[in-house]
Amino acid sequence: MALAGLFLILFLLVHLTINLFLLRDDQGAWFNAAAHFMGTNYLVRIFEYILFGGFLIHILMGIILQLKNWMSRPVRYHISNKSTTPFLSKYMIYTGGIVFIFLVIHFINFYFIRLGFIDTVHMENGHPNFYLVAKELFSLPLYTLLYLVLMVGLGFHLYHAFNSAFQTLGLSHTTYTPVIERAGLIYSIIVPLGFSIIPLYFWLII
Amino acid sequence: MDFTLKIWRQEHARAKGKFVTFQVKNISPDCSFLEMLDILNEELVDKIQLPVSFDHDCREGICGMCSLYINGHPHGWDDGVTACQLHMRKFKDGETIVVEPWRSKAFPVIRDLMVDRSALDTIIQEGGYVSVNTGQAPDANAVLVSKEAADLAMDAAACIGCGACVAACKNASAMLFIAAKVSQLALLPQGRIEAKDRVRRMVRKMDELGFGNCTNTYACEAECPKKISRTHIARLNREFMCAKLIAENTL
Ligand code: FES
Repeated sequence: MALAGLFLILFLLVHLTINLFLLRDDQGAWFNAAAHFMGTNYLVRIFEYILFGGFLIHILMGIILQLKNWMSRPVRYHISNKSTTPFLSKYMIYTGGIVFIFLVIHFINFYFIRLGFIDTVHMENGHPNFYLVAKELFSLPLYTLLYLVLMVGLGFHLYHAFNSAFQTLGLSHTTYTPVIERAGLIYSIIVPLGFSIIPLYFWLII
Repeated sequence: MDFTLKIWRQEHARAKGKFVTFQVKNISPDCSFLEMLDILNEELVDKIQLPVSFDHDCREGICGMCSLYINGHPHGWDDGVTACQLHMRKFKDGETIVVEPWRSKAFPVIRDLMVDRSALDTIIQEGGYVSVNTGQAPDANAVLVSKEAADLAMDAAACIGCGACVAACKNASAMLFIAAKVSQLALLPQGRIEAKDRVRRMVRKMDELGFGNCTNTYACEAECPKKISRTHIARLNREFMCAKLIAENTL
């Protein structure tokens, strides 16, 4: 769970870097080049399977864990627990659900096009032009709004996930744990914010 | 002080329980929570009614027998105390207090507020000990222990096994309990010898007995009357992972 999660956390950074190419004023040249590279390079294709494995393990284990945990208390308390705990840690399955919804939408809009399951009008030399696909999607205010809301959910999920993964792996240290906690906070703000800038840029500026 | 008590009453493990409301009057602020329940029970006995069953023994916060879930907190909201050391002055006069038993699949209700916590003993039997041959008491300086390790082990050993961590955890997980036991022994040279086997067996037993898994919510740490730290859970995870990487019955 934690290892798969940390792997996904790393992957998000790579994904964000590529997405930020969209902000370059080059009609998507860099972004499309990166998308093309990701779609054709063999090493990346192999990595893609590992990535899906990571997602699958993380999602399945998350669901199994949650079901087992719910079953561990068949009779609930009349007064629900009032202990002081990190707020978001109690709702990981729900914030995870939000991220999953995002994943499904994301697959339909981008990944299925790459696989050729879904057609797009934005084709260029036989390859889909993802810059134009993104531009078109983000020009829809409702889509952009949904994207932003889902990004907030992602941020909530990441905030607890980051520190939690280290604790699960047994990495607890008087000096490093506060640093990890701070890094987790920064990461969970910067990454969703980075992703959110892109639709806002397309919607408001272009 | 006067209080309205909403107490969970259940005749036996398979009976359907319900909350029953009682009024207690003229309670001294210096009464402990259990003493307040004693007063209620005496009144019930006088009225030829069944007293409320609850667990207790030492009444000085060291045995871990008392186990009441009071207004949404195991052992009540006060910090670092067990229910037997919780005083009525911590409540507001006239307050309604809801008292429930620990809730967990692994802790079935025996009667009213009493639950069967023998699952924790079963976990201890799996490895919460050090195997020694009886004989002469060894020389105190024969095995050296660093001050840091001794202090940390002592902190872990403060666990009284009351099960408040399980009661507080949203997953009813016993991780803090096991972490305290594993830590205490893993930190000392005498306990290191069986450390790998111990952690494997205790965690396996915890899963078997129906306790939940840790999702790092730390309600256990917040409610532990002995203030056992979550860092012990990290140590348990560390020990567990190292033990898992090595095949069983090998060094
Ligand atoms: S009765 Fe012993 S700890 Fe409360």
